[in-house]
Amino acid sequence: MTSPAPSVVPAPPPKPNALLEYLLRLGDDRLILGHRLSEWCGHGPILEEDIALANVSLDLLGQATILLRMAGEVEGQGRTEDALAYFREATQFRNSQLVELPKGDFAFTIARQFLFDVYDVVLLEALTTSSNTELAAIAAKSLKEARYHVRHSGEWMIKLGDGTEESHRRVQTALDSLWLYTSELFATDAVEDELVRAGVAPDLAGLKPKWEALVRDVLQRATLTASNDVPRPASMRGGRSGAHTEHLGHLLAEMQIVARSHPGATW
Amino acid sequence: MSSTVINQNVVGAQSETLPADNQWPLWEVFTQSEQGAPHEHAGSLHAVDAEQALQNARDVYSRRGGVISLWVIPSGAITASSPSESGPFFDPGADKAYRHPQFYKVPRGVRGV
Repeated sequence: MTSPAPSVVPAPPPKPNALLEYLLRLGDDRLILGHRLSEWCGHGPILEEDIALANVSLDLLGQATILLRMAGEVEGQGRTEDALAYFREATQFRNSQLVELPKGDFAFTIARQFLFDVYDVVLLEALTTSSNTELAAIAAKSLKEARYHVRHSGEWMIKLGDGTEESHRRVQTALDSLWLYTSELFATDAVEDELVRAGVAPDLAGLKPKWEALVRDVLQRATLTASNDVPRPASMRGGRSGAHTEHLGHLLAEMQIVARSHPGATW
Repeated sequence: MSSTVINQNVVGAQSETLPADNQWPLWEVFTQSEQGAPHEHAGSLHAVDAEQALQNARDVYSRRGGVISLWVIPSGAITASSPSESGPFFDPGADKAYRHPQFYKVPRGVRGV
């Protein structure tokens, strides 16, 4: 998307720990959201939707696997994707708080998924031109999946928003409580800045208008409203630097218990 | 546009004739495995409209690969022969072997039959 302007002196490649941080952010967003979606398995509103949510969950876990594997390789200390998923504490996770919130009702799950899916498409599109060719290849592969995800969740937003009085109320309530969390998706820091300069990562500030236009278009068709952007409280700056809501700890306890109870077990 | 209206009518008519079971309308799914191959019946599913039926079909019937095209059709739009009529419908052809292509010998040298 927005490739950096050519300069006479090429920017030095980013320091490994910046790239490592970035890969953990990408991988953890997908790992945690994939796990949240997997909680619907066997509990979906109808069989077909149960399968659909499980499919999206598996797509996200697959993307997380590749990204965390690459993170382990960049780190160079022999940690595999499983070690990163199962043997880190909550404060070492780099996902946004949006994805760790409990799954809520179906409307909440769909609203969160939709907000993330649009972000995912916009971000992955930009990452396909990353100067890091491995990351660009992962993005190109994941983008196909993300485009389907947004078709699924976008369609549901319209059905729920423009559906019955109850479905409208539920999805609007979900949107109201989720909206504030979306700004973290576009927050930048020194890690992002360094990778943007090296052409590895897109400038998130530049992606936000596109995300917002796509989101608002669907919301309008769904007869839903999102508040104008609200400044975040300081406490919401946290996920990318390891500050999480209480919910992540509970999620990790469940997700990690088998691997931690039986270290080295294979199945 | 008109086909959408027709589909809705069909689905509406179907839901009136079938016992009310609180299920969403039924759709039949057809999958094509390669270019030029026929779309074959893969199964059925529930969905509230055509787009959702297509998405559900993708998730239920195509995700394990081998599908390049999907059709979804409201089950009520299918007019089927009745099992009780299968005799009059199908039996007359059974004892007339010359009606079957296998009755004729294919000349040597003819390919692609």
